[in-house]
Amino acid sequence: MSGRLLNRITVAAALLLAVPPVLALDGEVRMHDPSTVVQADGKFYVYGTGNGLPAFVSDDGWTWRRAGPVMQAVPGGKPGPDVLAKGGNNTWAPDIIRSGDRYFLYYSAPGAQPKSAIGLLVGRTLDPASPDYQWEDAGPVVWSDGVEDCNAIDPGVFRDPANGTLWLTYGSYFGYIRLVQLDPRTGTRLHPQQKPVDIAVNSEASIMIARDGWYYLLVTHGSCCAGAASSYNIRMGRARKVTGPFLDNMGIDMLQGGGKLFAAATGRNVGPGHFGLLALGDGVEKFSLHYEADLDRGGISVLDIRPLLWRDGWPVAGENLPAGTYQIESARTGTVLEMAVPGVPVGGPRPRGAGGPGAATASPPPPIPSQEPSHVGGEWRSGVVDVRMGPHMLQAQQKWMISPAPNAGGHAGSPYFRIAIAGTDRVLTATADAELTVAPAFTGGPEQLWRIDQLGDGSYRLMPKAVPGATDGGWALSAVGSSSPTLAKFRGDGDRERWILKAP
Amino acid sequence: MMHMRSPLLVAAAVVSFAAGTRAIQPPGPRPPAASLSRPDSPAKAPDAAGFIRRWLVLEPIAVPPQLGEAAVQKLVKDARFADQLNTNPTAGERVAVGDQQLVWHALDTRGYNLNLFHFAYALGKPTSNVLFWVTTTVDAPRDLPGVRLAIGSNAASVWWLNGQEVIGLYNDRQAVIDDGVSKRVTLKKGANVIRVAIVNGGGATDFCARFIDEGGRPVTGFTARVTGEGTGR
Repeated sequence: MSGRLLNRITVAAALLLAVPPVLALDGEVRMHDPSTVVQADGKFYVYGTGNGLPAFVSDDGWTWRRAGPVMQAVPGGKPGPDVLAKGGNNTWAPDIIRSGDRYFLYYSAPGAQPKSAIGLLVGRTLDPASPDYQWEDAGPVVWSDGVEDCNAIDPGVFRDPANGTLWLTYGSYFGYIRLVQLDPRTGTRLHPQQKPVDIAVNSEASIMIARDGWYYLLVTHGSCCAGAASSYNIRMGRARKVTGPFLDNMGIDMLQGGGKLFAAATGRNVGPGHFGLLALGDGVEKFSLHYEADLDRGGISVLDIRPLLWRDGWPVAGENLPAGTYQIESARTGTVLEMAVPGVPVGGPRPRGAGGPGAATASPPPPIPSQEPSHVGGEWRSGVVDVRMGPHMLQAQQKWMISPAPNAGGHAGSPYFRIAIAGTDRVLTATADAELTVAPAFTGGPEQLWRIDQLGDGSYRLMPKAVPGATDGGWALSAVGSSSPTLAKFRGDGDRERWILKAP
Repeated sequence: MMHMRSPLLVAAAVVSFAAGTRAIQPPGPRPPAASLSRPDSPAKAPDAAGFIRRWLVLEPIAVPPQLGEAAVQKLVKDARFADQLNTNPTAGERVAVGDQQLVWHALDTRGYNLNLFHFAYALGKPTSNVLFWVTTTVDAPRDLPGVRLAIGSNAASVWWLNGQEVIGLYNDRQAVIDDGVSKRVTLKKGANVIRVAIVNGGGATDFCARFIDEGGRPVTGFTARVTGEGTGR
């Protein structure tokens, strides 16, 4: 990963703040305290706080709908008696993980806080339409008695990729964030007699991720549940052992209140909280969260999915791509995507100036306006035009307007985009031979809808929704040569399918 | 390329100094290009990186100094010699271009690229504002589908494979490996003809070419050949 690259992209993103943001997801996204988003049988599922633990499902990760309360599929329709006895009859802030052929769904069951329990439900399918859909009560996993320095809510479940062990973090402000090990076969505590490990204070919504020998503890600081008055923000520390100590970027232990900022209010969204990792394969990572207030949706709390980036050994919260005009630069070649028409110098052909570059002039020459299609488009071929790559020249055939395609759906964290030569209807289009053209008009066909995922180093992957006639997926814009783009199967191990989006 | 910084330009000067006087010498025979040699085998495999090392090159044709797309396309589509897009020339063959008789030369290049400046300079031919026609025949042992012709050229160039135009690179540019890459093509079993037209403005001029597979890896399972005198064929 290149920190320099990330910086360049951050600068580019800053230049683009003037354009409207892309809305966070679509459909029924009103949600609080979302679980980790899980994928099963081609669908996406997430669970949140609410009566009976509301479930949400999406066919594409973009458009969400309610799938009924989980408790409807639990015998008795409510938390089991031991959970009720240790905690209470609320159902908040769940988390979920697949282990073997079952799903473990942990949920907060607080009574009069900080008396609370975290209950476990076990199921074999997430699909409410399946005849096998049922959740079995597996009792309380951890609890707090109302006096001890812990409030046992907000479970976060984590599988250590190094050895497959399963862990649960939990807690909320009152005392410590705690860690216990789970039995991957049952989902219950592996060593119930052992005292939980205290790993952080002054936070909630804890969860762990791991990368390159580091364990990262992500928690939410600040206040929740007050709309745009909420100061929720996601912070983190890291450790070499799963049990800590988790130190922030200044070496302060999270047990002493440390925490490097991961995500705060941005754009039109206030109060991010409840991090969840969503690994989409091929090394593409995103994260789920909720905002306490989405200002574009009247200040309600909503789910969002955003890119997860990495810099200097720390996770970085990426931003979903705002609509705007970009140069699409190959990370491999440094050349930019362009419609294959003869280029015209910006301002038209002109000499360097009388007397050469060092000659004195009475007054500075006037500025040259940026090149627009109206300046040069009359010379462009009509109809279908090839696509190629060339050096950055700031020319009109190199500027692409990337904007959400209306009513075209999307994928996890992003709508499908239309990619057009700025100021024209000429759109980037995948062809049946897995190559590229610029078509004269947008039809809305899947070969003109582009999925754009930001990758861990800040670059982007651009994939057509479909290649005409192809039965397989995974095709991505690829730089096969300095002047030659194509579509190729995405490979995460190099720069061929990585693109940098820059403001021209 | 247009910006001429090559020490070869210094070497190209035919001015000598003697006994305090300066005398202009007529250009004499020049040594053969060190980067090139005459083929000594019937066919030549590409190198480990897939670069084709055997080519048939026509002596340069003087053209106007234009490298833009429209100008280059016109230069290479205008008939300069008989059947230029279909001819199957042999080494030593002469073709009439205007009032000149130009010769096809069989060349092996010692590097991954073929240095056209070396070629033309050694013959005492112009190197600026010139059009080179180049060809080779690639023999594939079987059909090789889904490969791409991948080239670099200094400067503009247009490439044909088996009569189909597959690459066009325009404007002043340096020869960069895999600069221009064709769409997926099939290298058919048996003979496949690559034909190239390269236009140079000034200064250095060269090209390189190979085939790559879907993964971008070089294709090496073929040979390249030319025919005519001194080629063994």
